[in-house]
Amino acid sequence: MEFYRSHVLICTGTGCTSSNSRALIDTLKKELVENGLEKEIQVIETGCFGFCNLGPIMVVYPEGVFYCRVSEADLREVVQEHFVKGRVVQRLLYHEPNSTVKTTEFDEIEFFKHQKRVALSNCGVIDPEKIEEYIARDGYFALAKVLHEMTPAQVIEEIKKSGLRGRGGGGFPTGMKWEFAAKAPGDQKYVVCNADEGDPGAFMDRSVLEGDPHAVLEAMAIAGYAIGANQGYIYVRAEYPIAVERLTKAIEQARKLGLLGKNIFGMGFDFDIGLRLGAGAFVCGEETALLTSVEGRRGEPRPRPPFPANKGLWEKPTIINNVETFANIPRIIRYGADWFASMGTEKSKGTKVFALAGKIKNTGLIEVPMGTTLRTIVYDIGGGILNDKEFKAVQIGGPSGGCIPAALLDTPIDYDNLIAAGAMMGSGGLIVMDNDTCMVDIARFFLEFTQDESCGKCPPCRIGTKRMLEILTRITEGKGKPEDIDNLEALAKTIKSSALCALGQTSPNPILSTLKYFRDEYEAHIHDKKCPAGVCQALLSYTIIEDKCRGCGLCARNCPVNAISGKVKEPYVIDREKCIKCGACMEKCKFGAIERK
Amino acid sequence: MRSLDELKKLKAKTQKEISTREKTGKPTIIVHMGTCGIANGAREVLNAALAELKERNLTDIHVTQTGCPGLCHLEPLVTISEPGKKPCVYGKVSVENMKRIILQHVVNGQPVTEWLVNLEK
Ligand SMILES: Cc1cc2nc3c(=O)[nH]c(=O)nc-3n(C[C@H](O)[C@H](O)[C@H](O)COP(=O)(O)O)c2cc1C
Repeated sequence: MEFYRSHVLICTGTGCTSSNSRALIDTLKKELVENGLEKEIQVIETGCFGFCNLGPIMVVYPEGVFYCRVSEADLREVVQEHFVKGRVVQRLLYHEPNSTVKTTEFDEIEFFKHQKRVALSNCGVIDPEKIEEYIARDGYFALAKVLHEMTPAQVIEEIKKSGLRGRGGGGFPTGMKWEFAAKAPGDQKYVVCNADEGDPGAFMDRSVLEGDPHAVLEAMAIAGYAIGANQGYIYVRAEYPIAVERLTKAIEQARKLGLLGKNIFGMGFDFDIGLRLGAGAFVCGEETALLTSVEGRRGEPRPRPPFPANKGLWEKPTIINNVETFANIPRIIRYGADWFASMGTEKSKGTKVFALAGKIKNTGLIEVPMGTTLRTIVYDIGGGILNDKEFKAVQIGGPSGGCIPAALLDTPIDYDNLIAAGAMMGSGGLIVMDNDTCMVDIARFFLEFTQDESCGKCPPCRIGTKRMLEILTRITEGKGKPEDIDNLEALAKTIKSSALCALGQTSPNPILSTLKYFRDEYEAHIHDKKCPAGVCQALLSYTIIEDKCRGCGLCARNCPVNAISGKVKEPYVIDREKCIKCGACMEKCKFGAIERK
Repeated sequence: MRSLDELKKLKAKTQKEISTREKTGKPTIIVHMGTCGIANGAREVLNAALAELKERNLTDIHVTQTGCPGLCHLEPLVTISEPGKKPCVYGKVSVENMKRIILQHVVNGQPVTEWLVNLEK
């Protein structure tokens, strides 16, 4: 065994990889050799820390020093100063968005302080390509425990008692789902992991697969034991190459150690896992469409019941769970249902991972106890709104979710409160919006997505989403009709009650929730032909304020269509007919003399 | 994997390797490595500490380095920091001294008082 005095962890998740962490690792290794430090300092590739906008991220242990936005050029200094002389390189440290004080240690940073990492507990801590590191952090001990000490019924009871609900969107109690499949008659059963992760902006499942793949494998084996299945499949999108690579390696390593395969721990239980790559259609994340796709056919949903627990893959009893749901399982078995149930709210236990994005200072991946308020997420963890603008709303739950206004900032987030507010947990995408966001435009954006991703099998979704999108587009183009709001509401109601799968059924949510909280914006677009947030191009016009214009002519010189004219030292004028509303003049004007309304 | 024991063995082996990444209240050997320290042989002392820990299979102890505390004439300096106790600073630490500090102080909990340089002896 080699003993290193220091471990340097560099993130190789998708985020940091795209900001070039691979080259960083190679250069660092070279620098260490040049300084004769390669036997003292070990470089470890890890999964995502969650603080993606600061990547590439590098954490140095045992001190736990957190360096961000490290470039290859910085490495020489880090090696010379920190590794040779023990002096932390101040300039690469993190400082909170609202202060200039540098924070040295990882766990002192506000972004991490309010988090509680369960599903992500190994991400950014272990090398995901080494099964030994997972084992060193108690990996596969939960599987050993269930095989040695528990009956399948006891496993199911424990999961039920924990109160774990599906993290893939629906929030269905996981233990109950397992119980249905365990009780369903049949000699062949299956365990399927839903790693399709289709919600735009959500990337928690990817981070778990990249940072802690064995947690999912272990959980699937536990599920197999609980329901009496000996084959599992992971359905992962081909657009996640790093996740696919790590999963492939993880499965190989687990097989080699006999943690997958025949007669695991000599206890007479067999379980193996195969990968199935999806082509990235959103609808393939819906469970029945996913199963159809695994079978090798076109991924389209089918009516339920029968539910997969009774008739799933190849008509056999099947449980299908989300990646994050599975990632919680080994921890529940290890630390007990009571430990898990001690976190969260009455009906939503444990933690939830959110992908924080939009007009917020700290973006990235966070995990918080259920029941954390939006205010804590936006202001304490997220550091507040970008450029200190005013908070307007968060869009939560992806295209099936909804918008939550400022008045509800103190609502504890859990499955039921979100539904009551007209949104939903979804997979945990959380987009923060400031006052410059037009809510009609946001609804249109999400409808564009669902309309495009509708598989076309059922008319309510195929035709309904198209009609709703047409109306929304018309409103944002200033051609809205007085009856449009009523029509949208009527369409929404019909689609909700008649679409085949949840893709169609939830597609009106972005419209309904914005209508609920921001109806006045729809009315301003339709009746006054105004976009209050100043986003919808067709409803804007640019004017030069005479008093403020100094007649410098800069705007006229920058106008791409020569729509501005005037004499030097006299106020200029914009020709509305010619203006294409590009905003170049406003950007260039040094006197704030151009107004957009 | 044919038994739980095998898994436990594998865990024990790797757990030591990754214990560096856990910020528990472990004793830490801090070698002061400013230019003055390095010029006086702090590197060798650091390497000696690592070698000694490896030899004795002592993985519950952190080794880190830090800058010059200003006592340049007493370099190389080594601080032993233990949770809940006042840190002890040793001056003019040689490779041989380092080994004794590890054995007597870190392992057996008896600071080598005659080599201490900080006031609270
Ligand atoms: C259109 C649509 C897309 C979905 N996409 C996903 C997805 O990407 N990942 C996921 O885990 N669940 C997705 N779901 C939910 C699944 O149908 C299913 O409820 C979930 O995989 C069950 O696992 P859970 O109980 O662990 O949440 C989607 C549902 C719909 C209707």
